[in-house]
Amino acid sequence: MIPKHFLIIFASFLSFGFSTSSYTANLKEVDTKSYIKEFIDHHLKDSHSFGITSYTDENGKKVYIELPLPVILYDNGFKTFLSSDFKHGKKTVNSGDSYYRMNYDNNRIYKTDKDGKIMFDDSGKILNEKPIDFSITKNVVVIIFTALFMFWLFSNLARSYKKNNGIASGFGRLFEPVVLYVRDDIARPNIGEKNYKKYMSFLLTIFFFVLFLNLFGLTPIGINVTGNIAITFSLALLTFVITNITANKNYWMHIFWMPGVPTLMKIVLAPIEVLGLFIKPLTLMIRLYANMQGGHIVIMSIIGLMFIFSNWIGSSLSFVLAFFLMIIEVFVALLQAYIFTILSALYFGFANEEHEH
Amino acid sequence: MEKLLEEFSLGLFFWHSLIFIALIFLLKKFAWKPILDTINEREDGIKEALESAEKAREEMKLLKSDNEETLKKARAQRDALLKEAREMKQGLIDEAKDEANQEAKKIINQAQETIESEKNAAISDLKKQVANLSVEIAEKVLKEKLSDDQSQMKLINDLVKDAEIK
Repeated sequence: MIPKHFLIIFASFLSFGFSTSSYTANLKEVDTKSYIKEFIDHHLKDSHSFGITSYTDENGKKVYIELPLPVILYDNGFKTFLSSDFKHGKKTVNSGDSYYRMNYDNNRIYKTDKDGKIMFDDSGKILNEKPIDFSITKNVVVIIFTALFMFWLFSNLARSYKKNNGIASGFGRLFEPVVLYVRDDIARPNIGEKNYKKYMSFLLTIFFFVLFLNLFGLTPIGINVTGNIAITFSLALLTFVITNITANKNYWMHIFWMPGVPTLMKIVLAPIEVLGLFIKPLTLMIRLYANMQGGHIVIMSIIGLMFIFSNWIGSSLSFVLAFFLMIIEVFVALLQAYIFTILSALYFGFANEEHEH
Repeated sequence: MEKLLEEFSLGLFFWHSLIFIALIFLLKKFAWKPILDTINEREDGIKEALESAEKAREEMKLLKSDNEETLKKARAQRDALLKEAREMKQGLIDEAKDEANQEAKKIINQAQETIESEKNAAISDLKKQVANLSVEIAEKVLKEKLSDDQSQMKLINDLVKDAEIK
Protein backbone atom coordinates (compact mmCIF):
# COMPACT_ATOMS: atom_id res chain seq x y z
CA MET A 1 0.00 0.00 0.00
CA ILE A 2 2.64 2.48 1.01
CA PRO A 3 4.65 2.49 -2.24
CA LYS A 4 1.49 3.41 -4.13
CA HIS A 5 0.94 6.42 -1.93
CA PHE A 6 4.52 7.45 -2.44
CA LEU A 7 4.23 7.19 -6.16
CA ILE A 8 1.03 9.21 -6.25
CA ILE A 9 2.50 11.97 -4.12
CA PHE A 10 5.68 11.99 -6.13
CA ALA A 11 3.87 11.97 -9.45
CA SER A 12 1.59 14.83 -8.46
CA PHE A 13 4.62 16.72 -7.24
CA LEU A 14 6.28 16.27 -10.61
CA SER A 15 3.28 17.11 -12.73
CA PHE A 16 2.75 20.25 -10.72
CA GLY A 17 6.34 21.18 -11.39
CA PHE A 18 6.15 20.59 -15.11
CA SER A 19 3.08 22.68 -15.59
CA THR A 20 4.49 25.75 -13.96
CA SER A 21 8.20 25.84 -14.53
CA SER A 22 8.84 25.65 -18.25
CA TYR A 23 10.02 28.94 -19.52
CA THR A 24 12.53 30.15 -21.99
CA ALA A 25 15.86 31.82 -21.72
CA ASN A 26 18.23 33.11 -24.35
CA LEU A 27 20.91 30.69 -25.38
CA LYS A 28 24.41 32.01 -25.58
CA GLU A 29 26.53 30.70 -28.39
CA VAL A 30 29.16 28.52 -26.76
CA ASP A 31 31.56 25.93 -28.08
CA THR A 32 31.11 22.31 -27.04
CA LYS A 33 34.15 22.16 -24.75
CA SER A 34 33.24 25.08 -22.54
CA TYR A 35 29.61 24.00 -22.66
CA ILE A 36 30.56 20.60 -21.29
CA LYS A 37 32.79 22.16 -18.65
CA GLU A 38 29.99 24.43 -17.55
CA PHE A 39 27.54 21.55 -17.58
CA ILE A 40 29.79 19.44 -15.34
CA ASP A 41 30.50 22.34 -13.00
CA HIS A 42 26.84 23.00 -12.75
CA HIS A 43 25.92 19.40 -12.16
CA LEU A 44 28.35 19.06 -9.27
CA LYS A 45 26.75 21.95 -7.44
CA ASP A 46 23.57 22.01 -5.51
CA SER A 47 20.74 23.75 -7.29
CA HIS A 48 17.63 25.68 -6.32
CA SER A 49 15.50 23.80 -8.81
CA PHE A 50 15.25 20.16 -9.81
CA GLY A 51 16.24 20.17 -13.44
CA ILE A 52 14.94 17.31 -15.57
CA THR A 53 16.17 18.31 -18.99
CA SER A 54 16.54 21.29 -21.29
CA TYR A 55 16.37 21.83 -25.04
CA THR A 56 16.56 24.60 -27.59
CA ASP A 57 13.32 25.40 -29.36
CA GLU A 58 12.91 26.47 -33.00
CA ASN A 59 13.32 30.13 -32.06
CA GLY A 60 16.77 29.47 -30.64
CA LYS A 61 15.52 29.86 -27.13
CA LYS A 62 16.47 27.47 -24.40
CA VAL A 63 13.61 25.73 -22.62
CA TYR A 64 14.25 24.26 -19.20
CA ILE A 65 12.00 21.53 -17.91
CA GLU A 66 12.44 21.55 -14.20
CA LEU A 67 10.79 21.43 -10.84
CA PRO A 68 10.89 24.75 -9.02
CA LEU A 69 11.76 24.44 -5.36
CA PRO A 70 11.01 26.77 -2.47
CA VAL A 71 13.65 29.33 -1.61
CA ILE A 72 13.87 30.16 2.07
CA LEU A 73 16.15 33.03 3.01
CA TYR A 74 17.00 34.39 6.40
CA ASP A 75 17.65 38.08 6.12
CA ASN A 76 15.99 39.98 8.95
CA GLY A 77 13.25 37.43 9.12
CA PHE A 78 12.41 34.51 6.83
CA LYS A 79 11.59 35.15 3.19
CA THR A 80 10.15 32.49 0.95
CA PHE A 81 9.33 32.29 -2.75
CA LEU A 82 9.69 29.77 -5.55
CA SER A 83 13.04 29.36 -7.30
CA SER A 84 11.32 29.76 -10.68
CA ASP A 85 10.98 33.45 -9.84
CA PHE A 86 14.69 33.87 -10.55
CA LYS A 87 14.21 32.76 -14.19
CA HIS A 88 17.64 31.12 -14.16
CA GLY A 89 19.42 34.15 -12.86
CA LYS A 90 17.73 36.49 -15.30
CA LYS A 91 15.40 38.18 -12.91
CA THR A 92 15.64 40.02 -9.62
CA VAL A 93 13.15 38.91 -6.99
CA ASN A 94 11.56 41.38 -4.67
CA SER A 95 10.63 39.99 -1.30
CA GLY A 96 9.58 42.36 1.45
CA ASP A 97 11.75 45.43 1.13
CA SER A 98 14.80 43.56 -0.20
CA TYR A 99 15.88 42.43 -3.67
CA TYR A 100 17.59 39.12 -4.41
CA ARG A 101 19.24 37.73 -7.41
CA MET A 102 20.66 34.30 -8.13
CA ASN A 103 24.14 34.13 -9.57
CA TYR A 104 23.87 31.31 -12.08
CA ASP A 105 27.61 30.59 -12.10
CA ASN A 106 27.71 29.36 -8.52
CA ASN A 107 24.01 28.90 -7.80
CA ARG A 108 24.15 31.35 -4.91
CA ILE A 109 21.60 33.95 -3.97
CA TYR A 110 22.80 37.49 -3.29
CA LYS A 111 21.14 40.52 -1.88
CA THR A 112 21.14 43.30 -4.47
CA ASP A 113 19.74 46.72 -5.16
CA LYS A 114 16.56 47.25 -7.14
CA ASP A 115 18.29 46.70 -10.48
CA GLY A 116 19.78 43.39 -9.38
CA LYS A 117 23.37 44.44 -9.88
CA ILE A 118 26.03 42.04 -8.73
CA MET A 119 29.35 43.68 -7.93
CA PHE A 120 32.74 42.02 -8.27
CA ASP A 121 36.09 43.04 -6.79
CA ASP A 122 39.34 42.92 -8.75
CA SER A 123 39.90 39.19 -8.19
CA GLY A 124 36.40 38.36 -9.40
CA LYS A 125 34.93 37.84 -5.97
CA ILE A 126 31.34 38.88 -5.43
CA LEU A 127 30.97 41.74 -2.98
CA ASN A 128 27.21 41.54 -2.52
CA GLU A 129 25.82 40.51 0.81
CA LYS A 130 24.68 36.88 1.06
CA PRO A 131 21.51 36.12 3.00
CA ILE A 132 21.56 32.85 4.92
CA ASP A 133 20.07 30.37 2.53
CA PHE A 134 17.79 27.72 4.04
CA SER A 135 16.23 26.84 0.70
CA ILE A 136 14.85 23.43 -0.01
CA THR A 137 17.39 22.79 -2.72
CA LYS A 138 17.67 19.85 -5.06
CA ASN A 139 19.94 18.05 -2.62
CA VAL A 140 17.52 18.61 0.24
CA VAL A 141 14.74 17.14 -1.89
CA VAL A 142 16.90 14.11 -2.69
CA ILE A 143 17.80 13.72 0.99
CA ILE A 144 14.13 13.86 1.97
CA PHE A 145 13.28 11.38 -0.75
CA THR A 146 16.10 9.05 0.34
CA ALA A 147 15.03 9.35 3.97
CA LEU A 148 11.45 8.51 3.06
CA PHE A 149 12.61 5.64 0.89
CA MET A 150 14.77 4.23 3.67
CA PHE A 151 12.01 4.66 6.19
CA TRP A 152 9.56 2.89 3.93
CA LEU A 153 12.03 0.11 3.10
CA PHE A 154 13.23 -0.72 6.58
CA SER A 155 10.02 -0.18 8.51
CA ASN A 156 8.45 -2.53 5.98
CA LEU A 157 11.18 -5.06 6.62
CA ALA A 158 10.62 -4.71 10.36
CA ARG A 159 6.89 -5.19 9.91
CA SER A 160 7.32 -8.18 7.65
CA TYR A 161 9.05 -9.99 10.51
CA LYS A 162 6.03 -9.60 12.70
CA LYS A 163 3.64 -10.67 9.99
CA ASN A 164 5.74 -13.59 8.93
CA ASN A 165 6.78 -15.15 12.21
CA GLY A 166 10.29 -13.73 12.30
CA ILE A 167 11.19 -14.35 8.68
CA ALA A 168 11.72 -11.42 6.34
CA SER A 169 9.59 -11.07 3.26
CA GLY A 170 9.19 -8.61 0.44
CA PHE A 171 11.69 -6.20 -1.05
CA GLY A 172 13.31 -5.44 2.30
CA ARG A 173 14.47 -9.03 2.56
CA LEU A 174 17.18 -8.13 0.09
CA PHE A 175 18.76 -5.93 2.74
CA GLU A 176 18.61 -8.28 5.69
CA PRO A 177 22.00 -9.82 4.90
CA VAL A 178 23.44 -6.31 4.56
CA VAL A 179 22.07 -5.37 7.98
CA LEU A 180 23.67 -8.53 9.33
CA TYR A 181 26.91 -7.70 7.56
CA VAL A 182 27.01 -4.24 9.15
CA ARG A 183 26.39 -5.81 12.53
CA ASP A 184 28.72 -8.80 12.30
CA ASP A 185 31.54 -7.51 10.14
CA ILE A 186 31.57 -3.79 10.80
CA ALA A 187 30.21 -3.08 14.28
CA ARG A 188 31.11 -6.18 16.27
CA PRO A 189 34.79 -6.59 15.39
CA ASN A 190 35.58 -2.87 15.56
CA ILE A 191 33.60 -1.75 18.58
CA GLY A 192 33.51 -4.94 20.56
CA GLU A 193 30.81 -7.26 21.78
CA LYS A 194 30.13 -5.21 24.89
CA ASN A 195 29.40 -1.81 23.40
CA TYR A 196 28.44 -2.28 19.78
CA LYS A 197 24.69 -2.26 20.35
CA LYS A 198 24.31 1.42 21.14
CA TYR A 199 25.99 2.43 17.86
CA MET A 200 24.02 0.10 15.61
CA SER A 201 21.28 2.60 14.73
CA PHE A 202 23.79 5.20 13.67
CA LEU A 203 26.00 2.80 11.73
CA LEU A 204 23.12 1.18 9.88
CA THR A 205 21.52 4.51 9.06
CA ILE A 206 24.73 6.08 7.85
CA PHE A 207 25.69 3.02 5.83
CA PHE A 208 22.44 2.77 3.93
CA PHE A 209 22.04 6.53 3.68
CA VAL A 210 25.45 7.03 2.10
CA LEU A 211 25.01 3.91 -0.03
CA PHE A 212 21.65 4.96 -1.44
CA LEU A 213 22.75 8.53 -2.02
CA ASN A 214 25.90 7.30 -3.77
CA LEU A 215 23.84 5.00 -5.96
CA PHE A 216 21.20 7.63 -6.71
CA GLY A 217 24.09 9.84 -7.74
CA LEU A 218 24.83 7.38 -10.55
CA THR A 219 21.36 7.69 -12.02
CA PRO A 220 20.97 10.05 -14.95
CA ILE A 221 18.79 12.42 -12.92
CA GLY A 222 21.98 14.21 -12.03
CA ILE A 223 22.17 14.03 -8.29
CA ASN A 224 25.39 14.72 -6.44
CA VAL A 225 24.56 14.70 -2.75
CA THR A 226 27.43 12.76 -1.21
CA GLY A 227 29.84 14.74 -3.35
CA ASN A 228 28.83 17.87 -1.52
CA ILE A 229 31.06 19.13 1.24
CA ALA A 230 28.19 20.30 3.46
CA ILE A 231 26.73 16.79 3.48
CA THR A 232 29.97 14.98 4.20
CA PHE A 233 30.80 17.58 6.82
CA SER A 234 27.49 16.95 8.53
CA LEU A 235 28.01 13.18 8.45
CA ALA A 236 31.58 13.38 9.71
CA LEU A 237 30.56 15.85 12.40
CA LEU A 238 28.02 13.35 13.68
CA THR A 239 30.67 10.64 13.88
CA PHE A 240 32.95 13.10 15.68
CA VAL A 241 30.28 14.15 18.16
CA ILE A 242 29.14 10.61 18.89
CA THR A 243 32.73 9.41 19.31
CA ASN A 244 33.55 12.10 21.85
CA ILE A 245 30.27 11.98 23.74
CA THR A 246 30.46 8.23 24.26
CA ALA A 247 34.22 8.09 24.86
CA ASN A 248 35.35 6.58 28.16
CA LYS A 249 37.98 7.87 30.57
CA ASN A 250 40.60 5.67 29.00
CA TYR A 251 40.20 7.33 25.61
CA TRP A 252 40.67 10.82 26.99
CA MET A 253 43.65 9.67 29.03
CA HIS A 254 45.27 8.35 25.88
CA ILE A 255 44.78 11.69 24.24
CA PHE A 256 45.91 14.09 26.94
CA TRP A 257 48.22 12.01 29.08
CA MET A 258 49.39 8.93 27.20
CA PRO A 259 50.12 6.21 29.72
CA GLY A 260 53.25 4.14 29.51
CA VAL A 261 55.57 6.73 27.96
CA PRO A 262 58.03 9.16 29.59
CA THR A 263 56.63 12.48 30.80
CA LEU A 264 58.37 14.44 28.10
CA MET A 265 56.79 12.26 25.45
CA LYS A 266 53.41 12.76 27.09
CA ILE A 267 53.75 16.49 26.60
CA VAL A 268 54.81 16.04 22.99
CA LEU A 269 52.11 13.49 22.22
CA ALA A 270 49.17 15.40 23.68
CA PRO A 271 48.91 18.06 20.93
CA ILE A 272 49.41 15.42 18.25
CA GLU A 273 46.62 13.34 19.70
CA VAL A 274 44.35 16.35 20.00
CA LEU A 275 45.05 17.16 16.37
CA GLY A 276 44.27 13.56 15.48
CA LEU A 277 40.93 13.95 17.20
CA PHE A 278 39.92 16.43 14.50
CA ILE A 279 41.85 14.94 11.62
CA LYS A 280 40.01 11.63 11.83
CA PRO A 281 36.55 13.02 11.03
CA LEU A 282 38.09 15.49 8.59
CA THR A 283 39.54 12.66 6.55
CA LEU A 284 36.15 10.97 6.63
CA MET A 285 34.62 14.11 5.24
CA ILE A 286 37.20 14.68 2.53
CA ARG A 287 37.41 11.02 1.49
CA LEU A 288 33.71 10.64 0.75
CA TYR A 289 33.47 14.08 -0.84
CA ALA A 290 36.50 13.65 -3.07
CA ASN A 291 35.60 10.14 -4.17
CA MET A 292 32.08 10.97 -5.15
CA GLN A 293 32.92 14.34 -6.64
CA GLY A 294 35.85 12.84 -8.54
CA GLY A 295 33.77 9.95 -9.81
CA HIS A 296 31.14 12.30 -11.14
CA ILE A 297 33.72 14.52 -12.82
CA VAL A 298 35.43 11.59 -14.51
CA ILE A 299 32.22 9.95 -15.72
CA MET A 300 30.78 13.18 -17.03
CA SER A 301 34.04 14.20 -18.68
CA ILE A 302 34.24 10.92 -20.53
CA ILE A 303 30.63 11.13 -21.56
CA GLY A 304 31.42 14.68 -22.68
CA LEU A 305 34.35 13.35 -24.70
CA MET A 306 31.87 11.49 -26.88
CA PHE A 307 30.49 14.83 -28.01
CA ILE A 308 33.90 16.43 -28.34
CA PHE A 309 35.26 13.62 -30.52
CA SER A 310 32.07 13.48 -32.46
CA ASN A 311 33.34 10.67 -34.66
CA TRP A 312 32.73 6.92 -34.71
CA ILE A 313 36.05 5.75 -33.28
CA GLY A 314 36.61 8.29 -30.53
CA SER A 315 33.02 8.41 -29.43
CA SER A 316 32.58 4.66 -29.26
CA LEU A 317 35.87 4.33 -27.37
CA SER A 318 34.67 6.96 -24.91
CA PHE A 319 31.42 5.11 -24.62
CA VAL A 320 33.14 1.85 -23.74
CA LEU A 321 35.35 3.68 -21.26
CA ALA A 322 32.35 5.41 -19.71
CA PHE A 323 30.58 2.08 -19.48
CA PHE A 324 33.40 0.45 -17.57
CA LEU A 325 33.94 3.49 -15.39
CA MET A 326 30.28 3.38 -14.50
CA ILE A 327 30.70 -0.18 -13.27
CA ILE A 328 33.69 0.92 -11.21
CA GLU A 329 31.62 3.81 -9.85
CA VAL A 330 28.95 1.39 -8.65
CA PHE A 331 31.69 -0.42 -6.81
CA VAL A 332 33.07 2.86 -5.46
CA ALA A 333 29.57 3.80 -4.27
CA LEU A 334 29.45 0.60 -2.24
CA LEU A 335 33.03 0.89 -1.10
CA GLN A 336 32.75 4.46 0.13
CA ALA A 337 29.61 3.69 2.11
CA TYR A 338 31.45 0.74 3.61
CA ILE A 339 34.59 2.74 4.39
CA PHE A 340 32.67 5.58 6.00
CA THR A 341 30.79 3.11 8.19
CA ILE A 342 33.75 0.94 9.12
CA LEU A 343 35.92 3.95 10.00
CA SER A 344 33.11 5.41 12.10
CA ALA A 345 32.86 2.04 13.84
CA LEU A 346 36.63 2.02 14.32
CA TYR A 347 36.57 5.45 15.96
CA PHE A 348 33.70 4.34 18.19
CA GLY A 349 35.83 1.34 19.02
CA PHE A 350 38.73 3.61 20.06
CA ALA A 351 36.36 5.57 22.26
CA ASN A 352 35.30 2.40 24.05
CA GLU A 353 38.63 0.63 24.28
CA GLU A 354 39.62 -0.61 27.68
CA HIS A 355 43.32 -1.10 28.12
CA GLU A 356 44.91 -3.18 30.73
CA HIS A 357 48.30 -1.90 31.68
CA MET B 1 40.39 24.82 0.77
CA GLU B 2 38.86 28.12 -0.22
CA LYS B 3 36.90 26.40 -2.93
CA LEU B 4 35.55 23.95 -0.38
CA LEU B 5 34.54 26.75 1.96
CA GLU B 6 32.96 28.57 -0.95
CA GLU B 7 31.04 25.45 -1.80
CA PHE B 8 29.87 24.91 1.76
CA SER B 9 26.23 25.78 2.20
CA LEU B 10 24.94 26.34 5.69
CA GLY B 11 21.35 25.75 4.60
CA LEU B 12 22.14 22.36 3.12
CA PHE B 13 24.16 21.46 6.21
CA PHE B 14 21.25 22.44 8.41
CA TRP B 15 18.62 20.52 6.46
CA HIS B 16 20.81 17.49 6.05
CA SER B 17 21.71 17.30 9.74
CA LEU B 18 18.09 17.76 10.73
CA ILE B 19 16.76 15.13 8.34
CA PHE B 20 19.57 12.71 9.01
CA ILE B 21 19.29 12.86 12.80
CA ALA B 22 15.52 12.55 12.55
CA LEU B 23 16.03 9.59 10.25
CA ILE B 24 18.35 7.90 12.74
CA PHE B 25 15.79 8.17 15.51
CA LEU B 26 12.84 7.22 13.35
CA LEU B 27 14.61 4.21 11.90
CA LYS B 28 15.85 3.25 15.33
CA LYS B 29 12.31 3.10 16.63
CA PHE B 30 10.54 1.68 13.60
CA ALA B 31 13.19 -0.35 11.86
CA TRP B 32 16.55 -1.11 13.42
CA LYS B 33 15.32 -2.06 16.86
CA PRO B 34 12.60 -4.45 15.69
CA ILE B 35 14.83 -5.83 12.93
CA LEU B 36 17.81 -6.47 15.19
CA ASP B 37 15.60 -7.78 17.97
CA THR B 38 13.98 -10.25 15.60
CA ILE B 39 17.32 -11.32 14.19
CA ASN B 40 18.71 -11.76 17.70
CA GLU B 41 15.67 -13.72 18.72
CA ARG B 42 15.99 -15.89 15.68
CA GLU B 43 19.67 -16.47 16.33
CA ASP B 44 18.98 -17.32 19.93
CA GLY B 45 16.29 -19.72 18.75
CA ILE B 46 18.71 -21.39 16.37
CA LYS B 47 21.35 -21.59 19.07
CA GLU B 48 18.87 -23.07 21.49
CA ALA B 49 17.66 -25.58 18.93
CA LEU B 50 21.24 -26.62 18.22
CA GLU B 51 21.98 -26.96 21.90
CA SER B 52 18.90 -29.04 22.55
CA ALA B 53 19.74 -31.22 19.56
CA GLU B 54 23.21 -31.72 21.00
CA LYS B 55 21.65 -32.55 24.35
CA ALA B 56 19.26 -35.01 22.75
CA ARG B 57 22.15 -36.63 20.97
CA GLU B 58 24.04 -36.91 24.22
CA GLU B 59 21.00 -38.45 25.85
CA MET B 60 20.63 -40.86 22.98
CA LYS B 61 24.24 -41.85 23.43
CA LEU B 62 23.66 -42.40 27.11
CA LEU B 63 20.54 -44.39 26.38
CA LYS B 64 22.38 -46.45 23.83
CA SER B 65 25.17 -47.29 26.23
CA ASP B 66 22.54 -48.09 28.83
CA ASN B 67 20.87 -50.41 26.39
CA GLU B 68 24.14 -52.03 25.57
CA GLU B 69 24.84 -52.64 29.22
CA THR B 70 21.45 -54.18 29.74
CA LEU B 71 21.98 -56.34 26.72
CA LYS B 72 25.38 -57.37 28.00
CA LYS B 73 23.92 -58.24 31.36
CA ALA B 74 21.14 -60.21 29.77
CA ARG B 75 23.62 -62.08 27.64
CA ALA B 76 25.75 -62.86 30.68
CA GLN B 77 22.68 -64.03 32.51
CA ARG B 78 21.72 -66.22 29.61
CA ASP B 79 25.22 -67.67 29.49
CA ALA B 80 25.14 -68.37 33.20
CA LEU B 81 21.76 -70.05 32.89
CA LEU B 82 22.96 -72.17 30.00
CA LYS B 83 26.07 -73.12 31.89
CA GLU B 84 24.03 -74.08 34.92
CA ALA B 85 21.67 -76.13 32.80
CA ARG B 86 24.56 -77.87 31.15
CA GLU B 87 26.11 -78.63 34.50
CA MET B 88 22.83 -79.93 35.80
CA LYS B 89 22.39 -82.10 32.76
CA GLN B 90 25.86 -83.51 33.16
CA GLY B 91 25.19 -84.13 36.85
CA LEU B 92 21.96 -85.92 36.09
CA ILE B 93 23.60 -88.07 33.46
CA ASP B 94 26.46 -88.92 35.79
CA GLU B 95 24.09 -89.74 38.60
CA ALA B 96 22.00 -91.91 36.31
CA LYS B 97 25.09 -93.64 35.07
CA ASP B 98 26.27 -94.34 38.60
CA GLU B 99 22.92 -95.64 39.61
CA ALA B 100 22.74 -97.84 36.53
CA ASN B 101 26.20 -99.17 37.16
CA GLN B 102 25.39 -99.99 40.72
CA GLU B 103 22.15 -101.63 39.69
CA ALA B 104 23.95 -103.64 37.05
CA LYS B 105 26.61 -104.70 39.50
CA LYS B 106 23.94 -105.73 41.94
CA ILE B 107 22.13 -107.72 39.30
CA ILE B 108 25.33 -109.35 38.16
CA ASN B 109 26.25 -110.25 41.75
CA GLN B 110 22.83 -111.73 42.36
CA ALA B 111 23.12 -113.68 39.12
CA GLN B 112 26.54 -114.92 40.08
CA GLU B 113 25.28 -115.96 43.48
CA THR B 114 22.34 -117.75 41.95
CA ILE B 115 24.60 -119.43 39.42
CA GLU B 116 26.95 -120.44 42.23
CA SER B 117 24.20 -121.94 44.34
CA GLU B 118 22.63 -123.66 41.34
CA LYS B 119 26.01 -125.03 40.43
CA ASN B 120 26.60 -126.23 43.94
CA ALA B 121 23.20 -127.87 44.03
CA ALA B 122 23.80 -129.46 40.67
CA ILE B 123 27.21 -130.70 41.76
CA SER B 124 25.88 -132.20 44.98
CA ASP B 125 23.02 -133.78 43.07
CA LEU B 126 25.45 -135.13 40.54
CA LYS B 127 27.66 -136.42 43.30
CA LYS B 128 24.73 -138.15 44.89
CA GLN B 129 23.72 -139.75 41.62
CA VAL B 130 27.34 -140.70 40.80
CA ALA B 131 27.65 -142.27 44.25
CA ASN B 132 24.39 -144.18 43.86
CA LEU B 133 25.43 -145.20 40.39
CA SER B 134 28.84 -146.36 41.52
CA VAL B 135 27.36 -148.26 44.41
CA GLU B 136 25.00 -149.97 42.03
CA ILE B 137 27.85 -150.69 39.63
CA ALA B 138 30.03 -151.87 42.41
CA GLU B 139 27.19 -154.07 43.62
CA LYS B 140 26.79 -155.53 40.18
CA VAL B 141 30.58 -155.94 39.72
CA LEU B 142 30.94 -157.49 43.11
CA LYS B 143 28.06 -159.79 42.48
CA GLU B 144 29.73 -160.87 39.29
CA LYS B 145 33.31 -161.20 40.64
CA LEU B 146 32.56 -162.77 43.93
CA SER B 147 30.64 -165.52 42.49
CA ASP B 148 33.51 -167.96 43.28
CA ASP B 149 35.72 -168.36 46.24
CA GLN B 150 38.92 -167.85 44.50
CA SER B 151 38.10 -164.43 43.32
CA GLN B 152 36.74 -163.71 46.72
CA MET B 153 40.08 -164.62 48.17
CA LYS B 154 42.00 -162.61 45.74
CA LEU B 155 40.06 -159.62 46.48
CA ILE B 156 40.59 -160.02 50.09
CA ASN B 157 44.30 -160.31 49.53
CA ASP B 158 44.44 -157.26 47.37
CA LEU B 159 42.56 -155.29 49.85
CA VAL B 160 44.83 -156.43 52.60
CA LYS B 161 47.81 -155.53 50.48
CA ASP B 162 46.53 -152.14 49.87
CA ALA B 163 45.86 -151.68 53.49
CA GLU B 164 49.39 -152.68 54.35
CA ILE B 165 50.94 -150.29 51.90
CA LYS B 166 48.96 -147.51 53.28
